[in-house]
Amino acid sequence: MRTLAGIALFGLVMLPLPALLASQVWLNFLVMTLFFALLGIAWNVVGGYGGQFSFGHAAFFGTGAYCAAVLQAQLGLAAWLGFALAPVAGGAVAGVVGFLSFRYGLRGSYFALVTLAFAEVLRILANSAGFTGGGSGLLIKLAPGAANLQFADRSGFYYLVLALVIAGLLLSLWIERSRFGSYLVAVRENEDAARALGVDAFAIKLRAIVLSGAIAGVAGAVYAQMFLYVDPGLAFGPTMSVEALLVPIVGGMGTVFGPVLGSLALHLLSEAGRSVLGQAPGLNLALYGVLLVIMVLFLPDGLVGLLRRVRRRFLRGRADA
Amino acid sequence: MLEARGVSKSFGGLKAVVGVNMEVPAGSIRAVVGPNGAGKTTLFALISGFLTPDSGRIRFVGDDITGQKPERICARGLVRTFQITQPFAGLTVRENVAVGAHLRHESRASALRHAQAIAARVGLGDRLDQPADQLTVAARKRLELARALATDPKLLLLDEVMAGLNPTEVQEIVAIVRRIRDDLGVTVLLIEHVMQAVMSLAEHVLVLNQGTAIAEGTPAAIAADPRVVEAYLGHGAASRMTGAGDA
Ligand SMILES: Nc1ncnc2c1ncn2[C@@H]1O[C@H](COP(=O)(O)OP(=O)(O)OP(=O)(O)O)[C@@H](O)[C@H]1O
Ligand SMILES: [Mg+2]
Repeated sequence: MRTLAGIALFGLVMLPLPALLASQVWLNFLVMTLFFALLGIAWNVVGGYGGQFSFGHAAFFGTGAYCAAVLQAQLGLAAWLGFALAPVAGGAVAGVVGFLSFRYGLRGSYFALVTLAFAEVLRILANSAGFTGGGSGLLIKLAPGAANLQFADRSGFYYLVLALVIAGLLLSLWIERSRFGSYLVAVRENEDAARALGVDAFAIKLRAIVLSGAIAGVAGAVYAQMFLYVDPGLAFGPTMSVEALLVPIVGGMGTVFGPVLGSLALHLLSEAGRSVLGQAPGLNLALYGVLLVIMVLFLPDGLVGLLRRVRRRFLRGRADA
Repeated sequence: MLEARGVSKSFGGLKAVVGVNMEVPAGSIRAVVGPNGAGKTTLFALISGFLTPDSGRIRFVGDDITGQKPERICARGLVRTFQITQPFAGLTVRENVAVGAHLRHESRASALRHAQAIAARVGLGDRLDQPADQLTVAARKRLELARALATDPKLLLLDEVMAGLNPTEVQEIVAIVRRIRDDLGVTVLLIEHVMQAVMSLAEHVLVLNQGTAIAEGTPAAIAADPRVVEAYLGHGAASRMTGAGDA
């Protein structure tokens, strides 16, 4: 009940922001923060709740991005069709990756490596295939209008991504309150014990990665619509894979609000880094590396975990007084 | 209810279970005993689908379940516990038991309700919100029992749920297990080293030694069987003991 109220509050606070913000820079910042929160929500399903650490969510993200781009730029189809098919495509690729790795019992770093390898293979394929435009990528024709999912005003994207993030939060909440979610967490905690209690661990993990890949596919389509351009490095390169996992790790894995908090913290930090240290190439990755080490060492349950501890201490302090 | 015929399993050169025949009638409480490394846990893993036998068949309520996956076998109504407790460490007692309850309860609310009732039955009613990794050994054993029981099984396989408990705790678990059979009609097969528990609970005992069934019968008959005494105390122990008695 409290989480649902939290989601409602989040929506109420976020909804009027574009009208209140004077600067396009801040609006842009919020759009990107919400976008990475969506990507983090995707990863959180299989990585956070399911404990299956994917290092290659770019594979599903990029598939969604190319799905939107190819359908419009190469086949001349409507933007909404690409948008509707992106989760199907992302989910299908995730299904193949999941089937192969879970069928052969890959766990931990082996699973991470296989997902990483899949993203790389897709990057190389996109580089060499004709219909993807090869290394020079694909341009989507500029044609502003809601029907084309292109918005002259940045706030159009803001509302689109905000709606998707709220849907993602509601989905995470459903996971926490369903049999599927209970089984998924049980598999994360102890797969043998879960199987002894009748949990089909393979089927549960497969469903989780397909769901996760579908959301990542949606994020990919959003990305294609925002920049009207996709190339193999952007779509399937390691940047998106790292963002996808870092956002929920920083915010709190296996929690509803972890990805939103994590995305906000990460992008505030990276903006601050940029203004203090300038635009050095690779700076973001270095910063993220340091942050990851700090999180793993000192805050393994992320910002959500930190907030919970602070609140507990606060409540106890009040009770003692 | 359960019937095993000629079940064998080797690990490399080590014969862990050799041609074991076993029967567990519906409504009974039976026990498997034997010295360390006798193959008892391996036998449970074979029955519950965690291992596939090299040879032999296992039947459960009339169906051949040999080689089926553990989750399928559990759905049929045969559930095991683990000798080395395997809690879902990050979850509370209530959430742990709810995982088992979900097998027959689709909705979260109904699974949580069932979990609460089961936890109360095994004496964990006042620890529902405690994280599983903060439980004492005795409470962890009860949690194993509760999770398995929450799946509403027909047959419950208990692997040393009394090991490491003090005599009072053993008596409590003995009473709980007996009530599970009497009130819920669940058939029980247990592995136990605590002889006091086997004597008071089991109607029939199977003795394993080095993978082979060496004796079976009522607890009293088993305790008096020289082959059993030898298995536990070493070769010649039985004759030494009777010899000492004669002298
Ligand atoms: N997965 C495995 N791989 C190899 N050897 C195994 C495996 N599992 C068990 N064993 C061996 O099989 C034999 C039987 O082990 P098991 O655990 O079934 O004995 P047990 O009767 O349960 O003993 P305990 O009373 O100590 O629990 C032992 O020698 C053990 O080392
Ligand atoms: Mg054992």
